[in-house]
Amino acid sequence: MVQYTRQSRVGASFAALSDATRRGVLEQLGRGDASITDLADKFRMTLTGMKKHVYVLEQAGLVTTEKVGRVRTCRLGVHRLEEETAWIESYRRLWDVRFRELDNVVGELKRKGAH
Amino acid sequence: MENRTTVERTSDREVVVTRMFDAPVRLVFEAWSRPELFKQWWVPRSMGMTLHSCEMDVRTGGTYRLSFGDGMDFFGRYIEVTPPTLIVWTNEEAGENSSVTTVTFEDKGDQTLVVMSELYPSKEAFETAGGAEDATIETFAQLDELLVTLSPSAGGR
Repeated sequence: MVQYTRQSRVGASFAALSDATRRGVLEQLGRGDASITDLADKFRMTLTGMKKHVYVLEQAGLVTTEKVGRVRTCRLGVHRLEEETAWIESYRRLWDVRFRELDNVVGELKRKGAH
Repeated sequence: MENRTTVERTSDREVVVTRMFDAPVRLVFEAWSRPELFKQWWVPRSMGMTLHSCEMDVRTGGTYRLSFGDGMDFFGRYIEVTPPTLIVWTNEEAGENSSVTTVTFEDKGDQTLVVMSELYPSKEAFETAGGAEDATIETFAQLDELLVTLSPSAGGR
């Protein structure tokens, strides 16, 4: 049985990723660390709005933040993102196998229909 | 050219799979609704699993049951069937965490766009199912690689 904590974490990651801005923030952080102010500017958002998004990403373990002086720097929580991506990728591959077989089945139907 | 399978997590309780097929909608629908065709692709032989039986009554209110012999059964009922554009069914083996699968078939002339969504009653139900599926998915992934090795032209026309 898979541990509940792991499922919860994956679930929280998915919830965090369901928002376009948050996905954008992750992409941005993939290019380099940024402060919340940088991110707010980049996404034309208030500081408060961006803080909320970062908080959700942080709760999901996708982002970690560190406050140095007055600046809070955000960076990717790499491992969690890999887990997330792995889940989607496994699911996609399962369907890809099925659908390749389905290609063959409909291909066969098409050939029969042609005669 | 190979058609790509895309997967998107659209909310915390729904996942959507999209794929184009190079055949008219009538044929693609047929492959989803006739048990003798359905079982050829739903459980490809290369997955190393064998369907013991596959009963499907694909019409609104009809039921289905896929048995793998070793006590593993997948079953549910068809909530809505509109040939050749829509099939909606329940997956009841998970009890109260049962999901609903909606498949739409969009007529694109010589091609058909298939959009399949799996919707769970709650975020928790989704997570439970996702976790339980892990082992199966890993197995399928290995077999996927095997399949690719064995038949490089499997996806070809």
